[in-house]
Amino acid sequence: MIDKSRIEEAMQTAIDHSTADQTEVLANNRSMALTRFSNNYIHQNVAETNMSLSVRAVIDKKQGYASTNRLDKDSIKEMVDKAIEIAEHRPPDPDFISLPKPRPIVQRDMVSDTTVDYTPKQRASAIQRLLNVVAPRNFTAARAFSTGYTTFGVANSLGVNAVETISEADLKTVVMSPTSSAFGSAVAVDVSNIDIEKIALEAEETTLRGQNPVGLKPGTYTVILSPNAVADMVSFMAFAGFGALSLQEGRSFMKDKFGQQIMSQNISIWDDAYDPNTIGFTFDFEGVPKEKVVFIENGTAKGVCYDSYTAKKEGKKSTGHALPAPNPYGPLPLNLIMSPGDSSLEQMVKTSERAILVSRFHYTNLEDPIRTVLTGMTRDGTFLIEDGEIKMPVKNLRFTQSIVEALSKVELVSMDRELREGMLGASYIPWLKISEFNFTGATQF
Amino acid sequence: MKDLTSLALDVAKTYGATYADIRVIDEEHESIAIKNGRVEEATTSTNYGFGIRVIADGSWGFASSFLVEKAEIKRVARLAVEIAKASAMIKKENVVLSPILPVQDTYKTYVEIDPFKVSLEDKLALLLRAEETVRKTPGVSISHASMNISREKKVFASLEGSYIEQEITESGAAVDATAIKGSDIQERSYPNSHGGDVATAGFEFIQGLKLDENAGRVAGEAVALLSAKQCPSGEFTVILDASQLALQVHESCGHPVELDRVLGMEASYAGTSFLTLDKLNKFQYGSPIVNINADATIPGALGTFGYDDEGVPAQRFDIIKDGRFVGYLTNRETAPVIGGQSNGSARADGWGRIPLIRMANINLLPGDSSLEKMISEVKDGLYLATNRSWSIDDKRLNFQFATQIGWEIKNGKLGAMVKNPNYTGITPEFWNSCDAIAGKDEWRVWGLPNCGKGEPTQLMHVAHGAAPARFRNVKVGVGR
Repeated sequence: MIDKSRIEEAMQTAIDHSTADQTEVLANNRSMALTRFSNNYIHQNVAETNMSLSVRAVIDKKQGYASTNRLDKDSIKEMVDKAIEIAEHRPPDPDFISLPKPRPIVQRDMVSDTTVDYTPKQRASAIQRLLNVVAPRNFTAARAFSTGYTTFGVANSLGVNAVETISEADLKTVVMSPTSSAFGSAVAVDVSNIDIEKIALEAEETTLRGQNPVGLKPGTYTVILSPNAVADMVSFMAFAGFGALSLQEGRSFMKDKFGQQIMSQNISIWDDAYDPNTIGFTFDFEGVPKEKVVFIENGTAKGVCYDSYTAKKEGKKSTGHALPAPNPYGPLPLNLIMSPGDSSLEQMVKTSERAILVSRFHYTNLEDPIRTVLTGMTRDGTFLIEDGEIKMPVKNLRFTQSIVEALSKVELVSMDRELREGMLGASYIPWLKISEFNFTGATQF
Repeated sequence: MKDLTSLALDVAKTYGATYADIRVIDEEHESIAIKNGRVEEATTSTNYGFGIRVIADGSWGFASSFLVEKAEIKRVARLAVEIAKASAMIKKENVVLSPILPVQDTYKTYVEIDPFKVSLEDKLALLLRAEETVRKTPGVSISHASMNISREKKVFASLEGSYIEQEITESGAAVDATAIKGSDIQERSYPNSHGGDVATAGFEFIQGLKLDENAGRVAGEAVALLSAKQCPSGEFTVILDASQLALQVHESCGHPVELDRVLGMEASYAGTSFLTLDKLNKFQYGSPIVNINADATIPGALGTFGYDDEGVPAQRFDIIKDGRFVGYLTNRETAPVIGGQSNGSARADGWGRIPLIRMANINLLPGDSSLEKMISEVKDGLYLATNRSWSIDDKRLNFQFATQIGWEIKNGKLGAMVKNPNYTGITPEFWNSCDAIAGKDEWRVWGLPNCGKGEPTQLMHVAHGAAPARFRNVKVGVGR
């Protein structure tokens, strides 16, 4: 692992060399290894070490950007000179006021030496344990096990200076029979906390139960969505409307809705990088500490997240949700959390006369960002529930559904939540039972 | 450079590699974007590093680093072998590569105007002219223009004796208009959505796009869409414009013919393919007028190169011939499965990633019709243009695309504009319903710079040649 002092030194070299009015430097040091398996053998096995620096030079409201992964002093200086040259030759941005000033940051301990030092042989042994569970049934398993760390630093000429490291172990698998499949996953700071056998056994059971699915006519159904499916949906919604830039540009579904109930009362959604159930850096890409931001409280629209640029436009304070500048998305939440309910998967099934249980969505995409119309397929285990019991596996269905509308028809929320990946990092998400969910098509398997 | 590549290969061999290659890549990239009259992005980046791929104990290993220096090359070569030996702990059989003749060669994109030598002022001026036209159109909420240029200098060397140097330059640009009224959001883009059009070419390609001459039209259309009627729901005859067809080819033909996907190597991520091995040379993928080929040699196309990342020369071959499925995209590892040799389809996203089977330029070949003739033959249908959203199932069968704009076709004539169009179908049913394809005059290649695949995720730059085509009995207006 590259020393924190080495990263701080590289950032300081850039700041010291800069003649700009203000200068910001981001450092990213990443060492990740990933073992990929399919058909019950390892077919790809890779490792990467990289460190890059990015600089933002500000001259009289003009910003220039440059980045490099050549870290000798001359290359760092050359990068700074390029950013300054770009800034000098572009028109000013009247809305830009300043880079942020330093604020105190309380960091979390998110480094496990076990994860950092995990070897290719250890990853292979772990995968073998997974295969030992599923292979006797003639099932096959695929996907990947990755381990490594990311060190991220931000410094600016106003005194911001923050460096933090997170180690991460990420196991994902799809277990397959000739006619069914199931997904299992876990992500942890400490690789020792990943229970491989549990993931394998659960996926094996769903694969077994999902064999020989029957076709089901698309239509409007009550659905029970797994945390995987809900995380997918909620992160698209957050991308479309929980950031201040989408609000300021008039393309957020939150526009003109603050204080109004737009979802069911049992839905609350917020972002909190300090929640112990999430994994994430405690400061953003401008070095601003991340604040908890509530987006939806008991179904009511409450707020959006800000970076320094969007905050200053409204005379507000950044909430610490900047992405690396420049970017077209503006601030976004990367540690989404949904409130728990008092239900359970068992209760959701038991209380359903006729419903569809969805284990996972596949290839979701927004068709309309303001109406939050999302389309995608079900995958890795779709089941018909009748009279309070899981009756049979069904072939995969396509849905075309407004996310906000779906979240306004939530009947039950589970007490248990899981950390699941969506398009915006990992979210901590419960199971949901939703009425009137629109399935608009079907496929052949 | 040869001393470094030789060192890598020697060290790998010493530690037990029976095959090894190294790619050393130096990338340069420049992005500029204007939004609502202000410069949203003006940035330059460089990225340098190397990746070593080996076979040891019959399995693959790969390791990479940003420190291109002797000590690090030795460490990474040894690590790649260690990783390969760990892979061999869980293997089915030894990796066997299709044979290849060692090559010493160079390849360079033909560039008329070096885009890195054009001044920032000139680039900003070109974009500002287009963006300003959009911004000044009454009713437009967001005006946007963007440009991306990149250059990749790549050295490939292998234990088999190949040493190939390539320099690939890319240039692309776009202008976008967004109109918003209440909860209605409408976007129009030129020359295409999702970043416009990109080519392996110089600044002359960006100049040739004539963004400023087309900005007013797309801005006007974005505003007009706000008051257009909703796209109807039902089954219609649909004509797709060439840019939407490019993405249709990409998702429903390009990905399903990747042989690694067919063999299950992508099963758990984006999925497998309905085009299983038993269908090769037997399956009627589309109607007899549907011909699709792969061609990595088209001058200027975004998927054009000299050699793939295994040192195999760029090639042209058939995928769909007279509607019948006849060819996969292969690499050196998978080609022997179907008794063939690699057709040069292995490419990696930079120095830190392994080569996967990737599309180069996958093209729907021109037919003998024209857009005008196709429209004239439709009594009640729709003409849909420019992609807005895409989704397809994990065997590449059920797809759903939304487009930015559509027009009714009534009694052989283009009619009223319609908004929020989308269409859905099952891949072979859809392509078998194709009854007309426009000819050479309306055929062009569309660059797609954002094709995702693999873990860790790799983004590849690919392209698709297409001309407008017509499809019968297509389900339109889904979920309305």
